[in-house]
Parts: sequence; C-alpha cells; structure tokens
Amino acid sequence: MSMSAAIEFRGVSVRYDHLPALENISVSIPSGSFWGIIGPNGSGKSTFVKTALGLLTPYEGDVRTLGRVPADLGSLRARIGYVPQYAQLDFSFPLQVIDVVAMGLYGEIGLFRRLTRSHRERAYRALDRVQMREFADRQISALSGGQRQRVLIARALVVDPSLLILDEPTAALDHGSAEGLYDWVNRLHEEDGMTIILVTHDIGVVSQYVDSIACLNRSLVAHGRPRDVLSGDSLEEMYGCGAMLFGHGDVPHMVVSAKDAGKK
Amino acid sequence: MDFLQHTFMQRALIEAVLVGGICAVIGVYVVLNGLSFIGAGISHSTFAGVGIGLLLGVEPVLTALLFAVLVALSIGAVSEKSRLRHDTAVGIFFAATMALGVLLIGLMKDRYVDVLGYLFGNILALTAADVWMSLVMAAITGGIILALYKEFLALSFDAEVASVMGLPVRKLHYLLLVLIALTVVLSVKSVGVVLVSALIVTPAAAAWQLTVNFRRMMLLSLFFGIASSVAGLLLSWYVDIPSGAGIVLTATVVFFVAWAVSPRRRSPSPPALR
Repeated sequence: MSMSAAIEFRGVSVRYDHLPALENISVSIPSGSFWGIIGPNGSGKSTFVKTALGLLTPYEGDVRTLGRVPADLGSLRARIGYVPQYAQLDFSFPLQVIDVVAMGLYGEIGLFRRLTRSHRERAYRALDRVQMREFADRQISALSGGQRQRVLIARALVVDPSLLILDEPTAALDHGSAEGLYDWVNRLHEEDGMTIILVTHDIGVVSQYVDSIACLNRSLVAHGRPRDVLSGDSLEEMYGCGAMLFGHGDVPHMVVSAKDAGKK
Repeated sequence: MDFLQHTFMQRALIEAVLVGGICAVIGVYVVLNGLSFIGAGISHSTFAGVGIGLLLGVEPVLTALLFAVLVALSIGAVSEKSRLRHDTAVGIFFAATMALGVLLIGLMKDRYVDVLGYLFGNILALTAADVWMSLVMAAITGGIILALYKEFLALSFDAEVASVMGLPVRKLHYLLLVLIALTVVLSVKSVGVVLVSALIVTPAAAAWQLTVNFRRMMLLSLFFGIASSVAGLLLSWYVDIPSGAGIVLTATVVFFVAWAVSPRRRSPSPPALR
C-alpha cells in the first residue's frame, strides 16, 4: 500500500448484523487531497468514514489510515480531526463552547491528567480559526446551527490534524452558511495542506471545491475528478450520482441497481 | 441538636452525607447518559444479591456487591451485543432478580429477615461496620470519578469522538456501570434497593434545571444530594417517619422547586445520547 495515501481501502466489506453496508470497496485517497464522498441516504457514506476511523471493523478486506490499521493508530490519532454528524449530539448538554473544543485534546492529555492553561490557550486558538473566540464562554445550547457546527470543527482542529473528516457538516445549515463553511474548509486544504474528506449530499456545491468525488451506493459506484464522475459516459454512472443532484429522499433509491456500474 | 447524643444518629448523619454525596455525583453521569432506567435495574437486582448473602449466612452487602457488579456488566453486554432493546433487557432483569430475592428470602422460614429494611432502607439501624464499609466504597467510587472526571465527561457528550481520540470508551462505559453498582450497594442499608435509584437521579436532575455548566451541575447535585439526605434524616427523627422515604421525598421536593424556578424547564432526563 502506498505511503502517500491518507486512507486506503482494499476489497473492504462492512456488515451490520449480516446486512451489507459496504461491499468490496477499493479506493485510495492521497494525502493532501480534498475528497467529497457522496451518495444517497443509507448508501454507506458514514460507514465508510467510521471504518476508516476504526469505529467499525470490516468484515473482509484491508483498511489503512495514515498507513496503519485503524485499531493500531496509536499516537497518529492526534493527526486526525473528526467532525461527526451534528444530529447525533445533544446540545442541551451542560457545556460551554471552550469546554467542547478543549475536549478535542483529551486523547492527547491522557488518562487521569487535568487540563492546563496551555491546553486552554490551544482551544482558544482553535476557536480563532473558526472565528468563534467571542463565543468561548457561551453555552452550546445557545448557539445557532452554523455556530455549533463551527465549534465541532474547532474541536477537531485543536490537535492540528493533517487529516480532517467531516460527516455531513452542512446538514443543519442554510444555503449561505453551507457555502461559507465550504469556502472555509477549502482554505484549510489550500493554505495548510490538510487532507479533507467531506461526506455530503450537497454534490452541486461541493464539486466546485473537491479534487475528487467518490460516489457510494453500498459499493463504489464511481470515483475520480468531479467533472469525470458527474459527466461519465456510463448512463448508469450518471444516474447513480447525477440523481443526487436533485436531493435525497425516495429518488436515489431507484439507483440501487447501478451499484456495480463503477467497477473497473 | 439533642439527636447528636445518640450513637446511631451520629452514624446515620455520616452515612447520609456519604450516600447523598456519592449518589448525587454518579447521578450526574447517569442523568446525562440517559442511564436512569439502567440505574433502577441495577439497584433492584441487588435484592437478589442480598437474598443470596442471607441464605448463605454471609454479610449481605458483600454478596450484593458481587451480584450488582455482575448484573451491571451483563446489562452492559446485553445492550452492546444483543438485538434486544436494552430497556427490554433491563425490564426482564429487574423483575427476575427481585423475584429471585423474594424466593431466596422465602426459603429461610426459620429466621426473621428484615425485608423492608433492605427494600426501603433504615439509616437509623446501622452498625459501625456498616458505616466503615460505606466509607470505603464511597472513597473508591469518589476517587475513580475524580480521577476520570474528564474521560467520563467525554464519554457522556460524544462517545464516538472520544473513541477516535483513543479514549478506552468501552471500558469507561463498563466502569461507569460498575460504579453505579457500587453506589447502589453502598446505599442499600440506608435507603434500600427500591429507593436508591431516586436518590441517584433526582438531585442531578434538579441541578440540571438550574445550571448549564457541567462543573456547577456537579457541585449543585452534590449539595442537593447531601442536603436532602441530612434533611430527610432529621425529618424522620423529629416527625418519626421512615428515613429512606423522608430522604427521597425531600430530594423530590428539591427537584420540583428547582423545576419550578428553572429558567429553561429542561426535562428531568435527556434522551439517550447513543
């Protein structure tokens, strides 16, 4: 497996209770690239990133993240920033913004140790990067959707990751804030050379920023440069990803039959 | 302060502070993790542990401890592995272990057993050894919570990201369940297996009505837990009512006052986080 791949999957299948969630995925995401992972609801996008992060174990196949098996990442974990789906968190939790951001350092600080002043300063700097410093003492329940999302991104950035994985970061945002967020993530990619993996349905907007798109529908329907994926010759390929341009819901489920179209 | 002349009241006061304090602290994590029902399941199951001890002639608190830890780990394993919804699993454990306790105690026809004492507690009937045992369990539980304060916080707010950062999320979750078991057993003689789950959940829920800061929630819960326990004990001394009931009802009154004055009227128990 190549050393320069941030994430590499070889023949990876993942199952939940015997139900296939991902089937025979082989893909290599180079370090320093900006990838969009698209696909309809239930197509395995989150499963893909959770497998890469070691939260799920594949049923078969090999996964390498930053060159290692996810379970053995060890200190390399500090180079990964993960922004999970917003809806799975409870924002009525009694925490202030700065507490949430500092939580990103807990893995690095280690068991039994306490936060020091320098950890707090780093948390403030991460808030600067998302332009949220003035909200440091704000209750997380008192933030707007876009602000909450930025706090979660600051939590991921506080360790200075080289790989940033965002799962549906714009789900709770209106169109304008979503575009602002993409602009801003793109700057992390261009200025800091961060590898970015962005899971989204929002393919229309995202294709302006990403180097590559992987279209998932349990298996890898297509991947490559946005222009090639989105205007591929294969009608089925077109349908598999193109249908998602019109949003999600019932429509993409019609494209399940296209699941093998992308295999070379 | 005439009550302090009596040794049993001195013991009861120490016990009230220990039990009220530890229940309130563990309660913050129970409430924020949506584990209230699991807490109730573990506490009721302790009754079977008491029954085993009585039948074998061993100190019931020790057998209750082993049994409660076993049940806590089983509930953890069932909710992790099984396709059974975990509230269903707890519902089954809950009743089965109570029945087992009743059965075991029923087998001892030749002896008088203070069943009510184990069900509802009697803080006025503690021996010095009981208080020492509580002190040791409280020190262990409190020490572990203090040492792993930030890890339990990360587990409660976002277990998935905690796991990506390399925190031993699974072990922490099981440890939390074991600490709930320890807390329950520590409280068995004073408030009983039926009432202890209220003393775990209520002060933390009251604190959550009044603050949105985690540290403050912890401190407020601790204060409410200790204050309710001591006040309930004194109430039972002066008005002559059962102590466990006095303590739990005082905590409940505190909760409703907190709820009534709460700026947000948050629900007493949040939805499960996972």
